[in-house]
Amino acid sequence: MADPHIETYDPEHEATSAAITESRPARAVLMAIAFVFLALFLVLPLVIVFSQAFAKGAATYLTSLSDGDTLSAIKLTLIVAAISVPLNLVFGVAAAWAIAKFEFKGKAFLTTLVDLPFSVSPVISGLVYVLLFGAQSVLGPWLKAHGIEILFAVPGIVLATVFVTFPFVARELIPLMQEQGTGDEEAALSLGASGWQAFWYVTLPNIKWGLLYGVLLCNARAMGEFGAVSVVSGHIRGQTNTMPLHVEILYNEYNAVGAFAVASLLAGLALVTLVLKTVLEMRYGAEIAATRGH
Amino acid sequence: MEVRVANVRKEFDRFPALHDVSLDIRSGELIALLGPSGSGKTTLLRLIAGLERPTRGKIFFGEDDASLKSIQQRNVGFVFQHYALFRHMTVADNIGFGLKVRPGATRPPAEEIRRRASELLDLVQLSGLEKRYPAQLSGGQRQRVALARAMAIEPAVLLLDEPFGALDAQVRRDLRRWLRDIHDTTGHTTVFVTHDQEEALELADRVVVMSQGRIEQVGTADEVYDTPNSPFVYGFIGDSSSLPARVEDGQVWLAERPIGLSAPDVPAGPATLFFRPHDVELLDGCGGCIAGTVVNSRRVAETRRVELEVGGDRQRVEIELPIDHAAANKSRIAFRPRKWKLFPRAD
Repeated sequence: MADPHIETYDPEHEATSAAITESRPARAVLMAIAFVFLALFLVLPLVIVFSQAFAKGAATYLTSLSDGDTLSAIKLTLIVAAISVPLNLVFGVAAAWAIAKFEFKGKAFLTTLVDLPFSVSPVISGLVYVLLFGAQSVLGPWLKAHGIEILFAVPGIVLATVFVTFPFVARELIPLMQEQGTGDEEAALSLGASGWQAFWYVTLPNIKWGLLYGVLLCNARAMGEFGAVSVVSGHIRGQTNTMPLHVEILYNEYNAVGAFAVASLLAGLALVTLVLKTVLEMRYGAEIAATRGH
Repeated sequence: MEVRVANVRKEFDRFPALHDVSLDIRSGELIALLGPSGSGKTTLLRLIAGLERPTRGKIFFGEDDASLKSIQQRNVGFVFQHYALFRHMTVADNIGFGLKVRPGATRPPAEEIRRRASELLDLVQLSGLEKRYPAQLSGGQRQRVALARAMAIEPAVLLLDEPFGALDAQVRRDLRRWLRDIHDTTGHTTVFVTHDQEEALELADRVVVMSQGRIEQVGTADEVYDTPNSPFVYGFIGDSSSLPARVEDGQVWLAERPIGLSAPDVPAGPATLFFRPHDVELLDGCGGCIAGTVVNSRRVAETRRVELEVGGDRQRVEIELPIDHAAANKSRIAFRPRKWKLFPRAD
């Protein structure tokens, strides 16, 4: 705002600044390389997904989407996201809160642990649950005896998804909350607010854009996760198949239209996420600029 | 509300930030905690507020032991150095926050909260800014909103942590006068932290000078300036010059000569001589005085600061002269402090 030390990013100015020494042709070549690369590796595949999906016309596209097993895969994906995203929202906020606002022993360890799912291959994440709840494990048979199915059922898929998508919300919030410090919360408490009121009225509004951003990324990953889910799902058609798994099955059965039709939904989700993310970044960036140094 | 700090010690990770501090704050008093960074002044303020818990000792609000109470129960108005205004709330909502979060039975109706916020905005001279957001206010305005917000809960004590620390000099001076007026109008017991002695001396009824986790002296502006009780206070409050000296036969000696100051009450032995650089008497001859060679002379506003090298071991000492004083052009100056104080040295 009025703070003179905040410099806003100005692309026009950037292009004419004296720091740029490359000649015009050199710049054109660099930009061309970037665009060609993006077109080849990102835009082209996306176009192919949609063109293959509609290869036999819109009617076939719709028919393949309304197939029973496909509908069931879509439904399962939505259920899994609807359970794991709110869970990770709560876990993520709690972890970020603890790491950003308190000093305690083992904080560095907890911070590292939050990142663990990013550094572990999703297949391993899935295998962990197989080892934990499988027929050879201690827990598996006991749970089975009590009528609780974890592996090759919805709970297993949810667990694997929660594990894989855990870092998104927490990672987004930790730097934000660290930067904001504890001053606002202390002010709220000194004014008589309870801990819960301070969180609800002060902390949450301060992190809402960052939180939304994290949830968006978390959701995109929850719906698109393949590796971890593939290990625990068992690929039972109409029962434990999520959308990414269903795409693979259809493709392996040479049902290209069906596979790409489902893939187009996932691609669509990615596009929507990207647009929302861009909008949020604009909004959220402005908010940070307005409140910095305040 | 009287506040009594009784033998409070505070450690952070085993490092003591306050050693056994005791302080009585009178009801309705405006008191300043003054000290350099790391002196423990902010820690003391946060302990009174309940933002920190003492490692040992107690804090009383009136007759009540406040150490047993949470920050919410203590009902203190705390103003933060960086304001800590809620950025997503309007000015009116910020001020009304403390009333809004009260439990159902004691919460005033929304209309009443709005009226209170307006009244307080009038008091801090920001009428009409109810609908603004903190980001749309200047630093000085934000700090006034923060004060209005703290006063909205009718606090038992008002605590301000470096309230003007983040503002520029002119705004600081205006707000200082304004805070004094507000205090005189509302009569809140007020404690503020500052590292700016001018601010503390001008604004406070009494000043608490702190250093390295201890209270050095508590007194009015006159007391701490005119009768400092420790070398630290003498050096910290106002300008001062000091020289290593020695007491022998009730006389002050510098190097191997008496300098014409008698100190009958000071025990013999090494001591440090303190005096104010502007409060010196210039002498022509030197039969018992401090004499030195001029090494540096600077014009500062309405005075000339002259740095002298004194004695065989060339101790440097600063005095102040009127700018047009003849002595300013000399290469050697002899003087004797008019007011001075000796603190025994342990070497």
